[in-house]
Amino acid sequence: MAKSSALNLGTGAFVALGFAALAFLTTQTTSRGVHISSPPHYDVIAKFDNVGDLKVGAPVSMSGVEIGRVARIDLDTREYKAVVLLRLNAKYNQIPTDSDASIYTQGLLGGKFIGLTAGGADTYLKNKDHIDFTQSAFVLENLIGQVLANFTKSSGSSAAPATAPAEKSK
Amino acid sequence: MNPLKELWESLLESVAGLGAVTAFLMRLIMHTPRTLLRFDLIVRQIFNSGALSLVIIMLSGLFVGMVLGLQGFQLLERFGSEEALGTAAAIGLVKELGPVVTALLFAGRAGTALASELGLMRATDQLSAMEMMAVDPIQRVVVPRFIGGVIAMPLLAAIFSLIGIYGAQLVGVQIMGVDSGSFWSQMRAGVDLRDVNEGIVKSCIFGVACSLIAVYEGYYAVPTAEGVGRATTRTVVTSAVVVLFLDYLLTAAFL
Amino acid sequence: MNQNTSIVEIRNLDYAVRKRPIFSGLDLDIVRGRVTAIMGPSGTGKTTLLRLITGQLTADGGSIHVAGEDMRTVRRADLYLLRRRMGMLFQNGALLTDLSVFENVAFPLREHTRLPERLIRDLVLTKLQAVGLRGAAEMMPAELSGGMTRRVALARAIVMDPQILIYDEPFVGLDPISKGVILRLIRRLNDALDLTSIVVSHDVQEISAVADTVYLLSGGKVVARGTPQELQSYPSEIVRQFIGGLADGPVPFHYPAPDYFSELLSRGEVH
Repeated sequence: MAKSSALNLGTGAFVALGFAALAFLTTQTTSRGVHISSPPHYDVIAKFDNVGDLKVGAPVSMSGVEIGRVARIDLDTREYKAVVLLRLNAKYNQIPTDSDASIYTQGLLGGKFIGLTAGGADTYLKNKDHIDFTQSAFVLENLIGQVLANFTKSSGSSAAPATAPAEKSK
Repeated sequence: MNPLKELWESLLESVAGLGAVTAFLMRLIMHTPRTLLRFDLIVRQIFNSGALSLVIIMLSGLFVGMVLGLQGFQLLERFGSEEALGTAAAIGLVKELGPVVTALLFAGRAGTALASELGLMRATDQLSAMEMMAVDPIQRVVVPRFIGGVIAMPLLAAIFSLIGIYGAQLVGVQIMGVDSGSFWSQMRAGVDLRDVNEGIVKSCIFGVACSLIAVYEGYYAVPTAEGVGRATTRTVVTSAVVVLFLDYLLTAAFL
Repeated sequence: MNQNTSIVEIRNLDYAVRKRPIFSGLDLDIVRGRVTAIMGPSGTGKTTLLRLITGQLTADGGSIHVAGEDMRTVRRADLYLLRRRMGMLFQNGALLTDLSVFENVAFPLREHTRLPERLIRDLVLTKLQAVGLRGAAEMMPAELSGGMTRRVALARAIVMDPQILIYDEPFVGLDPISKGVILRLIRRLNDALDLTSIVVSHDVQEISAVADTVYLLSGGKVVARGTPQELQSYPSEIVRQFIGGLADGPVPFHYPAPDYFSELLSRGEVH
């Protein structure tokens, strides 16, 4: 009957739309989702003392341009360093092997991301290469500790010259 | 009458009502396997509860998403974190606004339709006639509507969240100038599959609650015009309270 | 077949709703093959009696046997089988509003049998022809008049060839022509299909034209029983009042109230 096939069509369209929405939400909004376009890539490893709250899926950029993503974060239990796997877009294959990787913060309270600064070598990073020069994440508590340490150091050194001239004048 | 006594009696009434509703749910579940054989009835009800609610769900999703984009942008701008708008909008919609607002809209549109349909069938003796013709009205009329609602709800919530994210993007990226790449990449980094799953589970549970309340009120409506009207009103009110209460429970449980 | 067997036997029936007794010690027989009418003033529980016969309600005391089944102990599956041998015409027709006339009449066939579509079509059209509405097969219930709705409901009630046909207030709200149609159908169908018909009504004239036996209920008991002619000259005040349509008698005109004079006076004092 024409009436029931129109009904079936309508219901089918609705259900299909619903599942498409679910599929979109589960894959396109999460970091663990399957991205429809997975461009060819190569992996590079970098070790950090402290990655802060860097997340898997965070962008890897060079000169402000996104060239890849953080694919994995592990702990090296021998050296006690964080081992980060960077998945770089294959078309950016001319990154010098002595480039350094640093962890930056987006905005004031944003998430962490990795920025690469080019070195001067003639050889380029290939799949499974290591980045040797790394800079760890900026951890607020450490900075405060540093400031306090500097402050006490400088107040200690200003004390010393105060006594010396006193002695000289004698 | 003593107000304390009134309170006590209405409390007892509510508890008795809760028991009746639970018993009704058990009845519906027991009849479900046989009803699945009449899939054509269920398809029609999915159409009635789901497809016919699409317009209001999509419109509401769009506007809620746009407001979320505006408010989120304003708030995040104070901390210089506008790029996190994607995360904020997605999480807000997928975990909370999607399931809850969809459930409330569902109760208002589809829930009232279910309750009034069943109430009217009760009032015009159609349900009695079916019983007299040895057709179980629960199986033929009530369970398909219940299942239709339960299936439609999570799908509607997903569509709401999807359109909402688009709306937030529309405001944030197109109008307020947030970087499109950051919007999506931050969202991808900030939203976990677990968040999406929580939202789906919530909307499924809300679907059961709203559909159950609607068919219960309709089936047991007083068979007069006034009775059907009251059943419809009670559907919306009860659904709203139950959904919001369940929302708190589920959010706390997932934490 | 024994001419005078009862297909419905009610003995000593007790039924109360929320402590208010509707029936106490009711005895009633519905004889096979006849048209039996159940009459009484409004509120005597005629519809309740029908519900007790069809098993929608269960008696508190006494016994009801329908076609051999004890309605107080019958199991759900047997009850459903029994109901397939009964047809019921509701006061407002009770057609399913989302189905066409044809689909409404076909409904019991589709639900209970696996007959091929062609056979269903023939059966439905035959029954619609019997009630004179074959031409209305494609209409929707909302488009029908009151009389037509009831006729379609009647076609639906007989589509499974029941043994018992129950009419709940079939004449209410109909114009004289439609009433005549229903009357003719009740008699014709009963005789042609070898049915037992139970008609609940309070239309004395119509009942007299069509019933073989009449029961008059009042106050939860049977107050009169006989043929329509016997009831015309029944030696009982309440029967006289009912048959004659008298405003006052055993069923009082005035709802119970305190003494008129004193109530008027007391109002004067309050003022």
